[in-house]
Amino acid sequence: MSELRNILADTVDRLLTDLVERPTLESAEGGDWPQDLWHGLTDAGLTQPLVPEDQGGVGAAWGDAFEVLHAAGRHAAPVPLAETIVAGWLLSRSGMEVPQGAMTLAPVRPDERLSLTTNNTLDGAARRVPWGGQARHIVALAQADDGLRVVRIEGGSAAVEDGENMARETRSDLNFDATPVAEATPAGDGITAETIWHLGAMVRSAQMAGALARLLADSVAYANDRVQFGRPIGKFQAIQQQLAELAGESAAAAAAAEAAFHAADRGAAEFEIAAAKIRAGEAAGIGARIAHQVHGAIGFTYEHHLHYLTRRLWSWRSEFGSERHWAERLGRAVAGRGADALWGDVTAR
Amino acid sequence: MQSFRFEPCELPPAAEALRQEVRDFLAETLPDYPAVKRAESWAGFDPDFSRKLGARGWIGMTWPADYGGGGRSFFERYVVLEELLAAGAPVGAHWVADRQSGPLLLRYGSEEQRRRLLPPIIRGESYFGIGMSEPDSGSDLASIRTRADKVDGGWVVNGAKVWTSNAHQAHYLIALFRSDPKAEERHAGMSQFLVDLKNTEGLTVRPIRNLAGEEHFNEVVFEDAFVPDDMLVGNAGDGWKQVVSELAFERSGPERYLSSYQLIVELIREASQAPGESHAVAIGRLVARLSTLRQMSLSVAGKLQAGDDPALEASVVKDLGNSFEQSIPQIVHELSDSEPSMDGDGDFSQVQAYLTQVTPSFSLRGGTREILRGIIARGLGLR
Repeated sequence: MSELRNILADTVDRLLTDLVERPTLESAEGGDWPQDLWHGLTDAGLTQPLVPEDQGGVGAAWGDAFEVLHAAGRHAAPVPLAETIVAGWLLSRSGMEVPQGAMTLAPVRPDERLSLTTNNTLDGAARRVPWGGQARHIVALAQADDGLRVVRIEGGSAAVEDGENMARETRSDLNFDATPVAEATPAGDGITAETIWHLGAMVRSAQMAGALARLLADSVAYANDRVQFGRPIGKFQAIQQQLAELAGESAAAAAAAEAAFHAADRGAAEFEIAAAKIRAGEAAGIGARIAHQVHGAIGFTYEHHLHYLTRRLWSWRSEFGSERHWAERLGRAVAGRGADALWGDVTAR
Repeated sequence: MQSFRFEPCELPPAAEALRQEVRDFLAETLPDYPAVKRAESWAGFDPDFSRKLGARGWIGMTWPADYGGGGRSFFERYVVLEELLAAGAPVGAHWVADRQSGPLLLRYGSEEQRRRLLPPIIRGESYFGIGMSEPDSGSDLASIRTRADKVDGGWVVNGAKVWTSNAHQAHYLIALFRSDPKAEERHAGMSQFLVDLKNTEGLTVRPIRNLAGEEHFNEVVFEDAFVPDDMLVGNAGDGWKQVVSELAFERSGPERYLSSYQLIVELIREASQAPGESHAVAIGRLVARLSTLRQMSLSVAGKLQAGDDPALEASVVKDLGNSFEQSIPQIVHELSDSEPSMDGDGDFSQVQAYLTQVTPSFSLRGGTREILRGIIARGLGLR
């Protein structure tokens, strides 16, 4: 790893260890905005790692952002850090200024399209927008008559109906009806109507890999600590075999996710992103099952912290496209290129 | 935090340049090689092919030029291996010698052994087998009973080895024997020996048919077989240490996840360029796992190249890789209503029939799934 990457990884881990404690998670589930956590992340420069230094960011690469988002997943940080990082990238990539404050993205479903009218107002609906009612800014991709626009909208200017995912992270339906936009610019180089969908899947794969790494560490610690039949349950082969499987799944999720971030630094990354979302999503299901089995009944209580991770894994694997969604896309792309092209495509990565 | 890190690894340009050379060579050498033969992967035995590969300098690639080796990087070797395996080339004849026996001799063999044995391996002419398992010793390798008793000028061996791939066609066996009957500690008193399979009296090789009807592996019986002193590998009594390091050579290579690759290829061919939904989903999932495993396996190669010891990461790759290659015939079966058959119509049916039968061995050879997971659990601090 590069020095910058090491520093980022250390900084974010220390910060989140301090700032994401039980009361923060609990009150965030009640709908409170974790002000201290967000301020801490902002002050450390972790909310805009990809924005160039001359625009107030860190000037880092997607490969560095992987470290930040893996840590966010490990700590179950209940803030739109991933969304803000992607939004900042969309804005700066399109030559727009990146404002302070938490940001989110719209639309986040592939079947939804927003349109920018000639009066510079926004029309359309975006469902299940992460922290849609709480974010200071919404960064949207919208279709104008003459092409795709990156659009910034002030939070609160759209009609909001709040819901939540299984992890009780806010997911809001937003309705734009002649909603005024703060700024709109032709989408920057390489940005298409699907870019939010792709980058959303990529950042969720890193968060899932982080949550899985934590599941592994916590499950191993628990197995070494919990005594039954006169010894720590981790001494039983039945438990060891399951934890070894969890270690493999966690490692595979991280490898797939990190490969996608590296590919994004090189250019087109759709293949790697599809692979990452599929592989991390598969690992999420297996990992959560094993962690719960190893933890026994205590892991099924609200009091124990395990569910902050497992409910996120179950939620995130469906957001920005499930394994099935990405598998069908990837499978069609692979089949379309024919059986004999596969090996060349796999080794071109 | 206990977790295994597989950092992305980019191949250097020299390795990528080699890739095209290997592809051209394969297109020229195996133009009409049948799909069901390709599915044999590294079990395919073809001395002619091995000699051609040797002539290209693609056996013993990383070994020192002093012994005729290529002196090339682990990355270059990795590229050659993955291209050969993806194409289903018959690499089985020289496989063990290239992957395990040569590196073992470089590490522990005498200078005389290296000078005598390595050059013919590199030419693709000399083939090796592994004598570890016995009828009563599988996963519990330290319980072996085959004895080598010291006599004047050498050792007299009695006992039996099993599951020895290619012993009926190979030139040498590198075998683990109990050489000190008085050793008290379980892992002590064992030594590794070279056994000349073509010229040793008191040695009988009996092929064992596998469930698919093939004769790849064998029972090797020793009845007062004489092994001269200069065939001892390393020091007497160091056998266990040597074997453990030898097993680490074989855990993370591309052969640990590509054994069923031909069935993915045939599935895609069968699905056509406009597949139905369930086929598209299955193909997408398989390709995601394939691509992830390649990244992980490559990452381990990067650690080897950097001089690290990625023994644990290698076990993770083998465990995940074996489960992946083993899952493929089942996934294909669930997609299809046609009956696979070795005399079936077309490549898809034959490849599926062949791999359905041989995949059980994938999580047995080179350390069972349970043994590997035990190693991983130890790495996690559980034992």
